Amino acid sequence: MNNSLTLLGLLSRGPSYGYDLKHSYDRYFGAGKALAFGQVYSTLARMVRDELIRALGEETGGGPDRKKYEITVAGQDRVRAWLFTPDVPSESLQSELFAKTVIALLLDDDAERLLDVQRSEHMARMRELTRLKRDAGLLQVLMCDHGLFHIEADLRWIDLTGARLTQLKKELQSA
Amino acid sequence: MSTNDTAAPILSARGLHHSFGQTEALRGIDLDVHAGEVLAVMGPSGSGKSTLLHCLAGVLVPDGGSVTYRPAGRSAVETSALGEPERARLRLSDFGFVFQFGQLLPELTAADNVSIPLLLAGTRRPEALRRSRDLLERLGLDGLGAKLPGELSGGQAQRVAVARALVTSPAVLFADEPTGSLDSLASENVLTLMLELVREAGTTVVMITHDARTAAYADREVIVRDGAIGAGYRVSA
Repeated sequence: MNNSLTLLGLLSRGPSYGYDLKHSYDRYFGAGKALAFGQVYSTLARMVRDELIRALGEETGGGPDRKKYEITVAGQDRVRAWLFTPDVPSESLQSELFAKTVIALLLDDDAERLLDVQRSEHMARMRELTRLKRDAGLLQVLMCDHGLFHIEADLRWIDLTGARLTQLKKELQSA
Repeated sequence: MSTNDTAAPILSARGLHHSFGQTEALRGIDLDVHAGEVLAVMGPSGSGKSTLLHCLAGVLVPDGGSVTYRPAGRSAVETSALGEPERARLRLSDFGFVFQFGQLLPELTAADNVSIPLLLAGTRRPEALRRSRDLLERLGLDGLGAKLPGELSGGQAQRVAVARALVTSPAVLFADEPTGSLDSLASENVLTLMLELVREAGTTVVMITHDARTAAYADREVIVRDGAIGAGYRVSA
C-alpha cells in the first residue's frame, strides 16, 4: 500500500492537521500497524516540497502538529491519477513457494509435504482472519476478506501444483 | 473450540477401507473427531471425502475397519457393526445432515420441512411446529415458516435445511458442501448462523468442503487425497 498517496487521498477531503491525518489513517487502514508520527510529518514535508500540498500557516506555540495542510490542484490530479490507474496484478510470478517446490523436486525430496505444510499455515491464517470478522465492523470485514481471498488464491495454486507434482518432476528431471 | 483433548473422541474411524466395484474410495483412514469440534474435511473431487463422511455417519458400512461413536452419558457403539435399522435409528436420534442442495421437500412449507425429523421421532405436531418456528427465527427466517421452498432464495432455503438438521439437537452435524451452491455473501451468512448455533449447543460438526474460506470457519481441517488422510495432517485434534 502506498502510504503517501493514501495520506494525500485523505487530505483531498479538506484541510487537516498532521495529527488528525495520522488518526484518520489509523482508523481506516492502520489495523495492526499504526502509522508513526515521524513518518506522517516526513511524508507531509515531502509533499509540500513537491507542491502536492501546502501549509496554511502555523498556529502559535506549535510544533509540527499545529500546522494545517491543504491539497493543491496538482495534488488532486495526482490522487485521481492514482485512483484510476490499475495495480499490476501479481507483480512477481516466482514466489518463494514456487522456488521451494522446484528445488524439492530437483533434490528428489518430498514436495507434497512442503505444500501440505504451507497449506496448513495458510489455513491457520485464514481461520485467524475468519475469527477476526466475527464481531468486526464492515470496514474490518472488508480488509479481512481481502486477505482471505488472496490466501485462497495461493491455496488454489498449491492444490493444482500438488496434483501436477508427478508430471512436473518428470519435466524437471528430463530438462 | 470446546474440544477436550483428554476425553475420548466422540467419533473414531480406524483403518477404514471402502470400494465401489474396482475403485478404492477409502484406503485405510484413521480419524478422530472430538466432542464440540468443528472439523473440515477437504480434498479434490473423487478423493473419498464423501465416502468418509457417509461411513462416519453410519450411512455406509465400510468394507474394512471400524467406526466407533461415543455419545455423552451412553455406552460407545461400533456403528460399522450395526444393521441398517439400528443405524437409521441412530442417525435420526443423534445425527443431523445438511447437503449442498438443501434437499427440502418442495410441497411442504419451510416450517413443515424443519418439523420432519421431530415428527419422525414422535414429537406431536404443534410442539414440532413451535420448535421449528423458533429455530427458523434464530436463523433469521422469522415470518417465512409458511413459505414453500420454491418461494425462498438459495440462502434462505439452505438456512431452512440447517434448521431441519439441528431441530433435534443432534450430537453430531454432518454437512456435505453446505454452502457449495451459494454465492460468497449468502454462504457467509449461512455458515455464520449455523456455526453460532452449533457452538452454542456444543454440537460436533464434520463438514466436507472443497472451499478454503468455508473450511476456515472450522477448528481444524484434514485433507483426503486418494482415499487417505494427507501426510502432515493430524488424525486427532
